[in-house]
Amino acid sequence: MSSRSLRRLDPARKQKGFIASGVAPWAGFGVTLRTFFAKPVTEQYPFKGKYPPPFPRYHGRHQLNRYPDGLEKCVGCELCAWACPADAIFVEAGANTAEEQYSAGERYGRVYQINYLRCIFCGMCIEACPTRALTMTTFYELAAPNREDMIYTKDELLAPLADGMLAAPHPMAEGLSDDDYYSGAVTGPTGDQVEWVRDHRPDDPSLAAARPHATGLKGGPA
Amino acid sequence: MSAEDLVTCSIDGIEIAVPKNTLIIRAAEEAGVMIPRFCDHPLLAPVAACRQCLVDVASPAGPEGKLRAFPKPQPACAMTVTPGMVVNTQLTSAAAKTAQEQVAELILINHPLDCPICDKGGECPLQNQAMSTGRSVSRFTEKKNTFPKPLALTAQILLDRERCVLCQRCTRFAAQIPGDPFIALQRRGVNQQIGRFDASVLGVAAVADEAADEAEGDVLAVDGTPFAGYFAGNIIQICPVGALTSAEYRFRARPFDLVSTATVAEHDSTCSAIRVDYRRGQVLRRLAGDDPELNQEWITDKDRFGFHWQTAPDRLRRPLVRRGDDLVEVSWPEGLAAAAEVLGSAKRAAVLPGGRLTLEDAHAYAVFARAVLKTDSIDFRARPSSPEEAQFLAHFAAGAGTGVSLNELAAAPAVLLVGFEAEDEGGIVYLRLREAGTTVYALAPFASRGLARLGGTLLPTLPGAEASALAKLSDAAGPVPEPGASAKGPTSADAVQTLTASAAAALAGGVIVLGERLATSPGAYSAAVAAAERLGAKLVWIPRRAGERAALEAGLLPGLAPGGRALGDLTEAETTMIFGGPLDLEPGLDLPGIVAAVRAGEIDTVLVGGLELVDLPVPPAAATALKGAKVVALQVRGEGISPWADVVLPVAPPQEKAGTFINWEGRLRPFPQVLTSTALSDGKVLQALAAKLGFTLGIGELATVHQVLDRLGPAGRRQPAPAVAPPEAPALGAGEALLSTWHQLVDDAAGLDGEPRLAASAPAPKARLNAATAQGVGARAGDDLQVSTAAGAVTLPVVIDDLPNGVVHLPTKSPGSWVRVALNAANGDVVRIAASSGAKEAQP
Repeated sequence: MSSRSLRRLDPARKQKGFIASGVAPWAGFGVTLRTFFAKPVTEQYPFKGKYPPPFPRYHGRHQLNRYPDGLEKCVGCELCAWACPADAIFVEAGANTAEEQYSAGERYGRVYQINYLRCIFCGMCIEACPTRALTMTTFYELAAPNREDMIYTKDELLAPLADGMLAAPHPMAEGLSDDDYYSGAVTGPTGDQVEWVRDHRPDDPSLAAARPHATGLKGGPA
Repeated sequence: MSAEDLVTCSIDGIEIAVPKNTLIIRAAEEAGVMIPRFCDHPLLAPVAACRQCLVDVASPAGPEGKLRAFPKPQPACAMTVTPGMVVNTQLTSAAAKTAQEQVAELILINHPLDCPICDKGGECPLQNQAMSTGRSVSRFTEKKNTFPKPLALTAQILLDRERCVLCQRCTRFAAQIPGDPFIALQRRGVNQQIGRFDASVLGVAAVADEAADEAEGDVLAVDGTPFAGYFAGNIIQICPVGALTSAEYRFRARPFDLVSTATVAEHDSTCSAIRVDYRRGQVLRRLAGDDPELNQEWITDKDRFGFHWQTAPDRLRRPLVRRGDDLVEVSWPEGLAAAAEVLGSAKRAAVLPGGRLTLEDAHAYAVFARAVLKTDSIDFRARPSSPEEAQFLAHFAAGAGTGVSLNELAAAPAVLLVGFEAEDEGGIVYLRLREAGTTVYALAPFASRGLARLGGTLLPTLPGAEASALAKLSDAAGPVPEPGASAKGPTSADAVQTLTASAAAALAGGVIVLGERLATSPGAYSAAVAAAERLGAKLVWIPRRAGERAALEAGLLPGLAPGGRALGDLTEAETTMIFGGPLDLEPGLDLPGIVAAVRAGEIDTVLVGGLELVDLPVPPAAATALKGAKVVALQVRGEGISPWADVVLPVAPPQEKAGTFINWEGRLRPFPQVLTSTALSDGKVLQALAAKLGFTLGIGELATVHQVLDRLGPAGRRQPAPAVAPPEAPALGAGEALLSTWHQLVDDAAGLDGEPRLAASAPAPKARLNAATAQGVGARAGDDLQVSTAAGAVTLPVVIDDLPNGVVHLPTKSPGSWVRVALNAANGDVVRIAASSGAKEAQP
C-alpha cells in the first residue's frame, strides 16, 4: 500500500480545509473534460490502418495439409487430441475404401474439429502429429458471435487445394505405399488418378487445374 | 495349502513361498516384480515363443547344494521355481536387462511404426514394454518386411501380419481353449506368419485344390469360408500387439477416448463378466471381463459383438398408441394414460413377460400381474414349453439358491448332457467343460461338433425320447457288463448297453445337465429327477436366456410365488408384504393356455414384455390371438409389433439400466447402468402404470426388491416333482422323420441384429440326416432337402451325419431355417422330408 493511502487511513490525519473539501468531489470531472478534447485512440480495425503480418512462426489457426496429389495427410490417429492440454480437438477416424480414399493408407480423419474457444495455441498438437498433417497458419482473426462458429470443422481446417492438386477422394498413386507418400515420393497427381476422378466425378472443379504429372513421382518408391 | 506344497525362492532379493510348479513369471508377479512378456498367458500352456521374459536364474545343485547359475538367461514363463532358486530379473541383473533389450529390438525389427493408425496403440503391451524394457534407439535401418494388409481371417477378424510378433497366443488359444485350430504358423524363418493354410502364401495351389475337395465335410461359415468357431473373437483381445483387430471396431476410437464399465453379458444364462467400452454415449466394443468362477477371461462372440441390437434403428424412444391402423408416437403421460385405460378396463388379463428380464423387473411383473391385473395367467417362457417343465422348474430351480456351480460342473467326475448342446446353447459352459477335460456323455440324436471336441460320448437318443433313454440309463446302474460277453463277439446292441452301463457308473456323483428343449420331450424332466436319484447324480438346469432363472425366482409362472413357493402356500403376512394385500385369483394359464384363451375370447387383454412372436412355438397362432386382444407391450424395439400392439411403452435395454440377472447357477449377477439414459426399466414403467391405476407396487429402488425377497427367505418345502410317463415313440410313415432342432449360438437372433460380419462368420445352416434316411428320400450330400409340415417348408443342403434312422436335424433360427415360423414345429415333432423338387434331379 502506498504511503499516501496509508496516510488517508490515519485517524490523526489533518482534515482538508473547507474549500478544498468542497471542490474535491468535482476534481474527477477534470479528467473527463480533458479527454473531451484529446485525440481519440480508437482503431477502426480492420477497416482503417495497416497491420504488419505476424511473424512467420506465429501460432495462428490450424490447417490440415494435403499431399501434392491432393490426398489428405491426416490419418485420424487422434494424437493431436491426446496431446491437447485444453481438450480443444475432437477427431473420429474412418477407414478408406477403394471408392472413397481420402488419405494415404488405410485410415483417415472422418471427423475433425478444433474448438477455438478452448484452444490456447500452444502448438502441442503440431508436435504430436505423426504425418505433419496438422500445422499452424499465422491467421489470428478468430472471432464469431456464437459458440458454434468458433468450432472449426474439417472442411474449414483442410488446406485449400494448391495449384495442380486433385480433390480427394481418389486412389493413391499406383504402386506407392503410405510410407512412400510420407517420404515425399509424390509430387502431384498421376494420370491414373486424374482419370479416376474424371470417371467418378466428371464435374469436379479441381479437374480443370489438375495437371497429370509426367512422372507423378520423385525418384520412385523409396 | 500345507507347507510341503510350497517352494521358497528368491526373486530380486525378495524371499517368496509359492505353490510347487509355479512358473517363475507367476512367482515374480506374487513378489510384485513385473517381467515383460508377450506369449505368456496365465490360461494358456507355456510355449516360450517370444523370449521377452528372459531372466537370470541360479539354483542349488550338487551334493552341497551350492548355488549354480544357468549359463544363459532363461525364459521365466516356461520354467518353474525350485527350492532355493535365485532369480534376478531385469531390475537386478545386467545380463537379464541386456537380454530383454536385445529381444525387444529383435521383435521390433519387422514391426511397423504404424502405432498412430493401429487400434491397439495406447493399450499395447508391445508399446508399453518397448518403452519400459526396450532400447531407446533401434540400430535397424534396413527395410522392414511388409505384407499386403489386412488379411480377413473371418468376416469379423482381420490380421495385419506385419504387426505380428509370432507369440502364438492366438493359435494356442484356438487349439487349447475352444479346440477350433483354424489358424497356424506357416512358412519358416523371416517369412513365418500366422494364417489359415493360405495356398497362395504356401505356394501349394495344386495341393490346396485337392484339399478343398476332400474337406467338403468341413464346416463352412455363411460366407463360404471355413468356420472359425464361436469364440474366435477372444484372439483379438489376447493379441499383445495390433495384429488381430475386429472389422467392427477398426479405426472407431483410441483407447483414451473410451470409458470402460464392468458389467454382465445379456445373451446367455451364464451371464459372463464383460467390459463395455463407450465413447460419447455410443458403445463401441465389448471385451471379456475377468471372472475366474465363470467365464475366466473368455466370452462367446455373441457376447462380444452382439450389442448393436440395443441401439438398432427400430429402437423405441417414445410411447406408441394405436390410432386406427397405425401406431402413433405420443408423450409419456399420454402413453401411460392409454396403457392404464387398456389395462384398467380388462375383464380378464394375461401377462407374457418374456425370458430376458432382470430379477427386479421380473418381480415388478409378478406383483403387477397379481396385485394390479388380478391374474395368475403369467408365463415367462417365450418358447416351446410344457406343464411338466413348469412343475419341474418350480420343484427344482425356483428358490433353490445356488445349486451346482460352473466350477463344480467342470470338476464333476462325469457330466451327462440331456437336451442340451453345450457349445451352441451353453457357450462358456462348453469352454469350461473342455478346459477341465470333464468326462462328458450326451443324450442327443448325434455327436455334434461341440460334443466331439469335448471328447464326449454320445448315447444316441431319438429327439423326444429322452425320458425312456434316461430310464434305461438309470436301470443300467450297477456293474458294467464285460464287453463282448456274448459268444458271437460284441454286437452293436452290446456296445450300446456297455456304453449305457459305463455312463451310469460314471455318473455316480456326477451332474446331469438339462436343457430347454426337454420341454418338448414329454416325461424327460420326470425321468431326469428319478435318474438323478437312482444314479446319485446332481441335477442342473441350464436355460438359454439370461432372464429365465430370475423369472423363476420372481414367480413368473402360474401358481408360483417368489422364492419357489406355491402362491397358495404364502401366509397372509407374506402375501401382504409382496403383493400389498390378500390375493383372490383364479387358477392361471401358461403360454399355450393363454394363447388358446385369447383366441377363445376368454382373455381380452395381454400385457407383453420383450416378446418376439417368432420365438413362440406356433407364431401365427400367437399373432392372430394378440391381434384379437387388447395388447400393452413394454418393448425395447418396435419391429414387427405394429400389427398387434395397442399401446407400446419403450423400456431400457440392459446397457441403459441397472439390475440383476440370475445365471443358471443361481448366482446373482448385478450390473450397473453403463450409459447415461432417460429410458426406464420395465420395473419403473410398471410402477408408473400401477400408480395410474391407483396401486403402489412397493418396489421403489432396486434394493427394495432384494429386501422383500430376502425377508421372504427360501421356501420351506419344495414343490412336488413332476411324474409324467414317457409317451410311445411316434410311428413314422414313408417320407416322414423326427425333427431334431436347437439354436446355433450365432444365428438370426434379434440380439445379433446390426452385426452382419458376425452373421457371415456363423456356421452355414445344414440339414443333417444319416445316409439311409437320405437315401430313402433320394437325397445325397450337398443336395437340397425340403423339410415340411402342414404349415410350410424349410429347404437346406444335406449333410450326411451319424444320426439315428428317421431323424432330421435343423438349426432352429438360422438363415433360411426359421423352424418355428416355417414349420410351427419343435424338437421331437414329426415332419415330412423330401429331396427338394427340381434341385438336383437333373443330375445323373
